[in-house]
Amino acid sequence: MNVSMTINGEAVSREVEARTLLVHFIREDLDLTGTKIGCDTSQCGACTIHVNGKIAKACTLLAAQADGADITTIEGLAENGEHHPMQTAFWENHGLQCGYCTPGMIMASAAFVRDNPGASEDDIRHYLEGNICRCTGYHNIVKAVKQVADAAAGGA
Amino acid sequence: MALRSMVGANIKRKEDPGLINGAGKYVGDIKLPGMAHVAFLRSPYAHADILGIDRAAAESRQGVHAVITGADLQDKWETVPVAGGRKARANYSHYAISAERVRHVGEIVAAVIAESAEIAADALDEIVVDYAELPAAADLLTAYAGAAPPIFAGLDSNIVDTGEKKSDDVDAVFENAPHTLRQRMHSQRVAGVPMEVRAVLAAPDAVTGGLTLWTSTQIPHGVRSALAEALRLPENTLRVIAPNVGGGFGVKNQLYPEEMALAKLAQLHNKPMRWSGTRAEHFISTTHGRSQIADVEVAFDDEGRILGLRLHVIGELGAYPPFYDIAHLTGLMATGNYDIPAVHFKASNVFTNTVAVAAYRGAGRPEAIYYIERAIDLVAGELDIDPANVRRRNYIQPDQFPYKTPTGSTYDTGEYEKNLDTALRAADYHTLRTEQAQRRADDAGSLLGIGMATYVEMCGFGPYESGVVRVEPSGTVTVYTGTSPHGQGLQTTFAQVVADEIGADYDDIVVRHGDTSSQPVGVGTFGSRSLAVGGSAIVRASKVVREKAIKIAAHMLEAAPGDIEFADGEYRVKGVPGSSLSLSQIAKRAYSERLPDDIDTGLEGTDFFRPPDFIYPFGTHIAVVEIERETGLISLRDYFSVDDCGPRISPLLVAGQIHGGLAQGIGQALLEQVIYDEQGQLLTGTMMDYTMPRADDFPHFSLDQTVTETTLNPLGAKGIGEAATIGSTPAVVNAVMDALRPLGLRHIDMPLTPRRIWEAMQSA
Repeated sequence: MNVSMTINGEAVSREVEARTLLVHFIREDLDLTGTKIGCDTSQCGACTIHVNGKIAKACTLLAAQADGADITTIEGLAENGEHHPMQTAFWENHGLQCGYCTPGMIMASAAFVRDNPGASEDDIRHYLEGNICRCTGYHNIVKAVKQVADAAAGGA
Repeated sequence: MALRSMVGANIKRKEDPGLINGAGKYVGDIKLPGMAHVAFLRSPYAHADILGIDRAAAESRQGVHAVITGADLQDKWETVPVAGGRKARANYSHYAISAERVRHVGEIVAAVIAESAEIAADALDEIVVDYAELPAAADLLTAYAGAAPPIFAGLDSNIVDTGEKKSDDVDAVFENAPHTLRQRMHSQRVAGVPMEVRAVLAAPDAVTGGLTLWTSTQIPHGVRSALAEALRLPENTLRVIAPNVGGGFGVKNQLYPEEMALAKLAQLHNKPMRWSGTRAEHFISTTHGRSQIADVEVAFDDEGRILGLRLHVIGELGAYPPFYDIAHLTGLMATGNYDIPAVHFKASNVFTNTVAVAAYRGAGRPEAIYYIERAIDLVAGELDIDPANVRRRNYIQPDQFPYKTPTGSTYDTGEYEKNLDTALRAADYHTLRTEQAQRRADDAGSLLGIGMATYVEMCGFGPYESGVVRVEPSGTVTVYTGTSPHGQGLQTTFAQVVADEIGADYDDIVVRHGDTSSQPVGVGTFGSRSLAVGGSAIVRASKVVREKAIKIAAHMLEAAPGDIEFADGEYRVKGVPGSSLSLSQIAKRAYSERLPDDIDTGLEGTDFFRPPDFIYPFGTHIAVVEIERETGLISLRDYFSVDDCGPRISPLLVAGQIHGGLAQGIGQALLEQVIYDEQGQLLTGTMMDYTMPRADDFPHFSLDQTVTETTLNPLGAKGIGEAATIGSTPAVVNAVMDALRPLGLRHIDMPLTPRRIWEAMQSA
């Protein structure tokens, strides 16, 4: 079947099998491998992307379900060559080690802070339940997200 | 960036710009032209004979290139490397695709090569294997007791490797001691669970007749050597690349059957091929950790001085363990930070029909520290002495180093009491105890527990590590290391070291790793060794560069080499301030025709560091927990970690290692457990069933440090990768048991889930 969508501002159209998961479509058909796969059961959040501005785990959707959608992946988060503030905050706060959970973690956090400027540390820890990291103990991830949340509240 | 001293500076990682934008390439992200995909059929039984395999239907599917069984390859390769040397490999191993018998759920019995991963996976369903199921030795204690059949022919029992260390007077000590106590403890089976599942890509190399293998490993050099031997290929025709690797934690630390299979299949079919494992495959095929049962017995006096220790460790090996070392490492660290004069240590390693138990962050040392730190708290409870004081009374004193333990370790340096006091101050320990006393008196609110653990660990494994420091003609610097970082941030740390050692600009340094074709032979990244051993090799290689730069500078400045000094990042004539040369100026000359005859062209150094012995970092952790009386729900209120790993090159990265280590150690204490049923079926084979720690399981971690250098390497650095995992498990369990002490509860085995706590509270 044919699916068409906008990914990172670019219109794409491909023939896929009906069973193709969105995450496989993004990684294998479009070669956007920044979106990762860390489990088979939708726990880990490594494949988190934005679909029409909302976060989604790309392993829980078929490519066909995203037909016509506007999708942003980690590769499309920076604007005009400038890192998104969440990317910068992860770098500045040592919020990543092996980097494998990082794209999903950043995509989830960026959407969360956009919708929840000024979120508390507790809010952030609770929200990040859907994204698993094995390296950082979440400490510096939470710190990075809090930094952006504080800045967002300050600017509001 | 031209900080005069990069060492000790908090700087952002060099690694991150390529990771925060999704550009990082892990094995599963790499595609080669004409690449085929491999899927593995794995045994659903823990123990079975393979009577026959019907692959006709699978092979006839469109897009399937071939279905390969173990019988097809049996004479074409060696068995998978296992512990115990040549005899063990002949008798207690298997082929990477097993041919006759399987010994754990998840063992590979066939491989499908197809044009896509989906087609390969579909074809697996059409392979029919005729198995004759055998009784399984799935449970450690049952297997130890001899109540399960031996898993290999020719064995009388499943106990295959034992060890013992006994002080002459230990039995007399126990006989005459004022007090003794005994406790059985489990360090339960857990899984490493790096976020990147293992994956392998193999491609034939037409030039050498060998192969290039991209694999998610901690030891590319080790994989190359073992693979060459297993595939009967010359080592120099193999190139092993560990690209971005998404975490290791010890479980990517050996040659795996999938690496052998991909290499062999790519070679036979003369085609590049990739296998990207699923998480379900990972849980059943990647080694697990811990899984020990220990009988701990201590003899002590009225003041809580430990007079003797008996420790018998029953360690699980699973099937086909890559090494037997884990329980022996437990023995080497059995006495922890304490001066215990008489010890009897015994290890019994046991085969079971489960995936192998091998290295996992700490490997043997977390178990040892867990046992002794729990025992110290049991002694404190028995005598009603503050657990901090029992520790104080038993510590090895600073003037006793180097200290030889009764089980054969030689601790390098340590200052344990100072470290303990720093932690007690950080936690405001006495105020916490006052709060606890008040709460107990009121008999209201949640139960408050305060737990501590002091740890020491052995790390910095040899036998050597390699380093190359090359100043390019332009003056930029390329560093090659034989270590193989996968999140540790060594590109940053090693650049900091080299910047200071030779006067290079930090921003002009590139650190390369993880490719056997471009580096000197190396060992890898595990056992908290990378800075202490790998960093020391880099220091030595830098010294070669610096000495040559001084010679060239002397020539350029028309001075004697003895009159040149390297200071403030520059090379100059002593006492002549205007005479300085930068590394770039010297590099330009090093590759020019204007060098004198007695100086060779180029400006680079290669060197190795061979550590004379292990190094022993240490620390004290304090956990504060609250337990809901109605539900047994534990919340970790505060956590204090005071770690001593010697001088810190990259303080930000050291803190990151501690945070991650804490999460894994606390995860073992409270959440994580791998469970097999009595048939050897894995019940915790997905992230739905295996509890991974989440962000809201942890409080804000409070970190502090003491600094005690080692004398055994030029950086004075000890390891930090595993330390926090080791300290945190007993600190948290001690805190929970401290909370439950008024109920008369003495010990509960991990993981301390609300259910276990609630059940214990009901029975109290």
